[in-house]
Amino acid sequence: MSEMLSLSNDPTLFIAVMLAKILVVFIVVILIVAYATYAERKIIGHMQTRLGPTMTGPLGLLQPIADGLKLFFKEDIIPSQASKLAFILAPMMILVPAFITVAVIPFGDSITVKGYTVPLQISDLNIGVLYILAMSGLGVYGIVLAGWSSNNKYSLLGGVRSAAQMISYELAAGLAIISVFMLSGTLQLSDIVAAQSGSILNWYIFSQPLAFCLFVITSLAEVNRTPFDLPEAETELVSGFCTEYSSMKYALFFMAEYANMVVLSAITATLFLGGPAGPFPGPINLLIKVFAFMFFFIWIRATFPRVRYDQLMYLGWKVFLPLALLNIVITGAVVVF
Amino acid sequence: MLESYLPILVLIAIALLFAVGSVTFSFIFGPKKPSKIKLAPYECGMPLIGTARERFSVKFYIVAMLFILFDIEAVFLYPWAVVFKKLGMFGFVEMGVFIVILLVGYAYVWKKGALEWE
Repeated sequence: MSEMLSLSNDPTLFIAVMLAKILVVFIVVILIVAYATYAERKIIGHMQTRLGPTMTGPLGLLQPIADGLKLFFKEDIIPSQASKLAFILAPMMILVPAFITVAVIPFGDSITVKGYTVPLQISDLNIGVLYILAMSGLGVYGIVLAGWSSNNKYSLLGGVRSAAQMISYELAAGLAIISVFMLSGTLQLSDIVAAQSGSILNWYIFSQPLAFCLFVITSLAEVNRTPFDLPEAETELVSGFCTEYSSMKYALFFMAEYANMVVLSAITATLFLGGPAGPFPGPINLLIKVFAFMFFFIWIRATFPRVRYDQLMYLGWKVFLPLALLNIVITGAVVVF
Repeated sequence: MLESYLPILVLIAIALLFAVGSVTFSFIFGPKKPSKIKLAPYECGMPLIGTARERFSVKFYIVAMLFILFDIEAVFLYPWAVVFKKLGMFGFVEMGVFIVILLVGYAYVWKKGALEWE
């Protein structure tokens, strides 16, 4: 076993490896985000017996790039009644937490560089799960701020609705995954992956099916996807909290939404599906699991109608919250007896 | 231990740079043809009625308060869950009492109708 690469034993190599890992992960997330928009339009198109984008490039494959370029060169409108500083900061406050959550996801076993062991993970925090919950909580500020600073009635309603929905489901999601840590005994994601290694039956999806279902459904609500996309309910609220946004600021909201989808898929894969475990090299296994969840999210959008707001709150507070608590008690009883 | 936070700081810097950069880029290169109507808040094309800085339903405040209460309970459960296997029977009974107290408050909130959205 070679030595772990750290800042003390080879500072130059440590910083080089760190930057390389960060850039690769960042670019991969951006690419997935860009092509998730394409995949969504294409898949939903085919599910509704349409073709989806076909005109830009072969099979419409250049569509995300065309969209991105178009948004870059659009007029950046800041409404005269808006609170300017908050209006400009809000999209960034949503995007940054969405992109930095990915830092604690382990995407493979360790590799050896110049005789040092390098874990395939940007940072292996011992409070990895708390970091994830904290960062996903920060995204709410951006949404409320965007809704309020626009000084538009639709935006304001979209913003407060979205905040109420996200905090309600964050609670249920946070309680649902506690049972996983009761089994793993750690909040460090690399240790949670290690605890599921060996056989496919060690994956927590088999010992914690209820927690898995709760977490996947609450994830849908947390990223404001159908059937829980009330903040953007077009028929009532125009476009919700991003009604007044245009150009790249508008694009940042959507990149954040898709980045959140990618990150939540990766977290679900890490907590319940053994993370990078599988027949292929680690990162490919993780990507396959992430894509499977993304496909599931898109499929759900093509299948389900939107729920009503009182149904949404009913589901979060009166169904998921007690179920998550019940799951903790059951897990505790099984472990103890 | 602190060095495991260094990559996160770098990642924050890169994400921030990306966000600020792309917004600045579109601000510089996008066309600028503002007009009074274009800069007015969108209300489906109708003339504006009042401002958006108005009161909204108290329900949202109740949800926020309940969230803070229950999320603190959830945070208490995290350290307990990590050492649960070591605590064994003692930890199970202890947390059982805690969850029952939590459920009393939950039942009260439900009974009072704070979770209704009619």
